[in-house]
Amino acid sequence: MKSAVIVFPGSNCDRDLAVAFEAVSGRKPEMVWHRETELPEGLDLIGVPGGFSYGDYLRSGAMAARSPIMQAVAQAAARGTYVLGICNGFQVLTEAGLLPGALMRNAGIHFVCRSVALTVENSQSAFTSRYEAGETINVPVAHHDGNYFADAQTLDRLEGEGRVAFRYAEAVNGSARNIAGILNESGNVLGMMPHPERAIEKLHGSTDGRRMFEGLTEGLLARV
Amino acid sequence: MKARVFVTLKSGVLDPQGKAIQHALEGLGFEGVNDVRAGKLIELDVADGTSQDDIDAMCRKLLANTVIENYRIEAIG
Repeated sequence: MKSAVIVFPGSNCDRDLAVAFEAVSGRKPEMVWHRETELPEGLDLIGVPGGFSYGDYLRSGAMAARSPIMQAVAQAAARGTYVLGICNGFQVLTEAGLLPGALMRNAGIHFVCRSVALTVENSQSAFTSRYEAGETINVPVAHHDGNYFADAQTLDRLEGEGRVAFRYAEAVNGSARNIAGILNESGNVLGMMPHPERAIEKLHGSTDGRRMFEGLTEGLLARV
Repeated sequence: MKARVFVTLKSGVLDPQGKAIQHALEGLGFEGVNDVRAGKLIELDVADGTSQDDIDAMCRKLLANTVIENYRIEAIG
């Protein structure tokens, strides 16, 4: 599996994501700086990491979404390359128009940094194949702007098409319908606020995130 | 030439910052504050002759996220 992790000024989960990709695939991802205009050839998976790209100026993810490399990421996504956006990465993907809706300030104002219970809603995607639908998993969140918003019509469409991948099983940030992660129409782009890359080793307190990376690797290796 | 862009949350979109400001005002003893909505003011210094359409494009492409925000452009010459 050939992967890459995009690095913006202010990214701070890029190395964690690289460690997770390498841990399950045995292959180091390429780290790609935001000023690049092209991605390495033959990528199977692109990670858009968490952090505070461009200091969250204007809106979280807004500046990063307009950086040169994101054009290449959008083109790769359109060709079917898998794209995983976590936390700030999710914000970047919505700002870039690769996923619908927007992530707003948490309803309770506070930055939320703790492990939360998630319900796996869709276990049919490449990202969630190692989970059972309806299963509860524990994954950390660490965000200020994780309050998912979309109009009712968009929310109904996401639900109807099985594109809600994860839902919070508890009150976290005021997200519409407790949505924690969504898929794009073709199922090759996932954005989520919780951090699966922070739940891959026993020392992390949970290994529930590891199965996402294992499932992805398994699916991508089978494809080759 | 200068232009001002006012970016505000669409009505119906919850504004937790506005709510917090409202509560703080109440805490200071100000009565009768029915609602507070917080927004952004962006001042642009652009080349003379920049059209309204150009500034509108700037708003749509970057300055506002039209999923959640409205914007209003005010040319100040």
